[in-house]
Amino acid sequence: MKDMKVGIVQFPGTNCDYDTQYAFEKLGCKTKLIWHKDEIFDKNTDLLVIAGGFSYGDYLRSGAIARFSPIMSAVNKYAENGGKVLGICNGFQVLTESRLLPGALKRNEHLHFLSKHHHLKVVSNSNDFLSKMRRDEIVNIPIAHHDGNFYIDDESLKKLYENEQVLLQYCDENGDISNPNGSVDSIAGICNKQKNVFGLMPHPERAMEEVLGSDDGYRMLEGFLGK
Amino acid sequence: MSQQLENIDEVLSQHKLSQLDYANIKKILGREPNIVEIGIFSAMWSEHCSYKSSKVHLSGFPTKAPWVIQGPGENAGVIDIGGGYAAVFKMESHNHPSFIEPYQGAATGVGGIMRDIFTMGARPVASLNSLRFGNVVNSDDISSHQRFLVRGVVDGIGGYGNCMGVPTIGGEISFDECYNGNILVNAFNLGLAKSDEIFYGKAEGVGNPVIYVGSKTGRDGLGGAVMSSDSFTEESKSLRPTVQVGDPFTEKLLLEACMELFKSDYVIGIQDMGAAGLTSSAFEMAGRSGSGMIMHLDRVPAREEGMTPYDFMLSESQERMLICAKKGSEQAIIDIFQKWELDAAVVGEVTDTGNMELFWHGEKCADVPVDPVSEEAPVLERPMSRPSYLDGLRDVNIDDFDRVDNQKAFEILISSMEVVDKSWVYEQYDSMVQTNTVKKGGMLDASVIRVKENGKALAMSSDCNVRFCYIDPKGGAAAAVMEAGRNVAMSGARPLAITDCLNYGNPENPEVMWQFGQGCLGIKEACAKLSTPVIGGNVSLYNETNGVSVFPTPSIATVGVNDDENRVLMSSFSKEGNTLYLVGETKSEFGGSLYMKEVCDCVAGELPEIDYDRELALWDLVIEANKKSILQSAKDLSSGGLAITLAKMSATSDLGCRVKLSVDDERDIFSESMSRAVIEVAPEDIKTFEDMLGDLAYQKIGTVGGDSFTCNDINMSLAKLDEIYFGQFAKVIEQDI
Repeated sequence: MKDMKVGIVQFPGTNCDYDTQYAFEKLGCKTKLIWHKDEIFDKNTDLLVIAGGFSYGDYLRSGAIARFSPIMSAVNKYAENGGKVLGICNGFQVLTESRLLPGALKRNEHLHFLSKHHHLKVVSNSNDFLSKMRRDEIVNIPIAHHDGNFYIDDESLKKLYENEQVLLQYCDENGDISNPNGSVDSIAGICNKQKNVFGLMPHPERAMEEVLGSDDGYRMLEGFLGK
Repeated sequence: MSQQLENIDEVLSQHKLSQLDYANIKKILGREPNIVEIGIFSAMWSEHCSYKSSKVHLSGFPTKAPWVIQGPGENAGVIDIGGGYAAVFKMESHNHPSFIEPYQGAATGVGGIMRDIFTMGARPVASLNSLRFGNVVNSDDISSHQRFLVRGVVDGIGGYGNCMGVPTIGGEISFDECYNGNILVNAFNLGLAKSDEIFYGKAEGVGNPVIYVGSKTGRDGLGGAVMSSDSFTEESKSLRPTVQVGDPFTEKLLLEACMELFKSDYVIGIQDMGAAGLTSSAFEMAGRSGSGMIMHLDRVPAREEGMTPYDFMLSESQERMLICAKKGSEQAIIDIFQKWELDAAVVGEVTDTGNMELFWHGEKCADVPVDPVSEEAPVLERPMSRPSYLDGLRDVNIDDFDRVDNQKAFEILISSMEVVDKSWVYEQYDSMVQTNTVKKGGMLDASVIRVKENGKALAMSSDCNVRFCYIDPKGGAAAAVMEAGRNVAMSGARPLAITDCLNYGNPENPEVMWQFGQGCLGIKEACAKLSTPVIGGNVSLYNETNGVSVFPTPSIATVGVNDDENRVLMSSFSKEGNTLYLVGETKSEFGGSLYMKEVCDCVAGELPEIDYDRELALWDLVIEANKKSILQSAKDLSSGGLAITLAKMSATSDLGCRVKLSVDDERDIFSESMSRAVIEVAPEDIKTFEDMLGDLAYQKIGTVGGDSFTCNDINMSLAKLDEIYFGQFAKVIEQDI
């Protein structure tokens, strides 16, 4: 898709807004920052991104306050109408808090903030986001979070797999499961049943150039551009 | 306004003012001071704010170069990095608060240094920190407490920096018993600005408004500057209320609001409120411009009721700024800060009286001439004497100790907390936000970010070998400047300037004062010879507990520019089959070495020889050869000498090596002769490289490859090396949780 329009939500405390903007502009997209107090945003937006950071300081549960911000009712409506939404890191937390995605993100098992490059395995590619990736393909993407420990009950987990909603799993360089934060089934990212709302803890926008250690994120985000 | 103070002796003692100070205050005011004024003088004349003990030694630092835009005296120094951009950086200590309350002490240290940077108009883009802890390896209470401090400080640095969205990309951590009672937490930050859009801390133009922005003022941190100007005793734990509490979320809002403000042309001057809060920011801004100022303290946003003018002037509440703006822009500025949900209030205006006039509900509560507060601040020529511990220290050498075979010595050194990988620390810091990080903590030597705006890369490194500083306070300080510069140069960047954080013991002890004076001499000499001027810094004295001072610790952070972001040289082995060179001369120099400390249990000896010309020649070689893309990796030699340097390169690349160094004494593979580096070259570039070596001493020492690490008579499998190098730190630090 030429000239794809990407909206990036800016909460107070969001700190990956400019990185996300830079990444999508690298892909040739038009980007626009959307202020949290706005109640509407451009209806021609092709992809809405909730970027990483510490929305409202995350002094309560991560993402718990952001869920109530004025922009979120517009985001909900947009998603209900089939609009594509991507939540990265804190954005993923906001999406689970707002019930746009199932499950919850708890404090990392070892209780530390963890920032490093981590390998991920593509579990499902039957969606726009990972459409350019192969199943079982291994990518190297930075993670940086304190609350990335994905939890979901067994029954809902089963449904996630049945509907091919599990997107990514943490693994080592050989593809063997390696769990950095205690997530159920080592899950790093999921989507909703309709496959238009995506959330992941790793930061593909930080893996756009070889000079920074990996450009695997480029092909991931490129999926949103379609053919 | 002036009410007679009762119990003046007690008031003076609480404020750490002498009778002589009191007489001076009366002379300056022409009358008795009231309690608000006593508070102001006490803060401004504290060691922390006035540099009264250190001032005489700080003059004469080389501070100029064609690329220096702003030297010392402002909130931070500024250098030109080309393409219309400038790097703004500084390092500052938060030692005392971090010892009392490690999480908040370290967190607010990070917050404070970031405000120093963005108050200059620069967006903070990288942090480093230099941390010194006591002994963490034993099973006694001291080590257990030190491990608690390590965990708290690291958590605090991450907690603040991560929320700010500023990557913490490296620094250094070391351990020595001398820090058992007084840890050191030095925080460095670097920001990026357009070189013609730098903001300064000034207040000029009669009638221009003075605007307070940021968090509300509370009673936290009252008297912090005075607290950190004293030594520690058993009672220091009761000082916890003087440690400020950080709120990184508010600071993030303050940063974004300030960045938005800087795009307007409303600002005359701006300064953060750090130590001594509103007092120091107001006095310094007015002082730099020769202005006077009126402030209505009842208009300052307050966190609680019942606060007095004294509280407002001395609070060290965090995340606050003072702005002098153009008249008429008040509402526009308030609107920007309200957008970011921050308080903003016009609290006063600039005058031409030369006095700071403070009002409380319309009534004058203090009136102090601005200039004399800084100009007549006490300057002390404290007595100095060469420490007696140095007698005979230089005569000690490794032959005085039982010989240990190299393999055993290597196993001791490679397990040392100073050597092993610190990922346990660095992985708690968001090192990659802002998407510029090319080389980060754990990747050895300097940390590097690329600059999207001009296609260059900025390398930075913070260093100080404290054992060198103990055995030779002057030479050790010079060696720190050399090492920080060398680390930067090994990444292919040209070292341009330094900031320093001078941590010493109690200045009232003549031997400590001598160490301090010598340290300054060493920095002056090295900075002049290496063309890396000092553009800012900080002095931290009274790092002493129960009469024991820390080793002299002048932390040096050097910043350099690499003209091509795609040519950042790494410090780990790159490829099997490449050739390894040791450039520089290796002698049997073990004074202050890691070998002597860990193997001989002794910190003594003569400092390895300093030769600035050789140092510069090594920098030039690596920088120039890297421009031709003929180097595969380069790493400086420091603690533990060649053997430890190679082992680190090996472990971090998961590639073995086979090395043979020809030496006079078999122990020389651990020698710490200065101005040396290991350089890895691909076979096809050998000739070009050797042609560039000129007069530099070098040895071709071996090749990269294999599944074990071999250097002369020592050998270790990669698997075992990995286990120690990557496993030891967490094993030690987490043992009691």
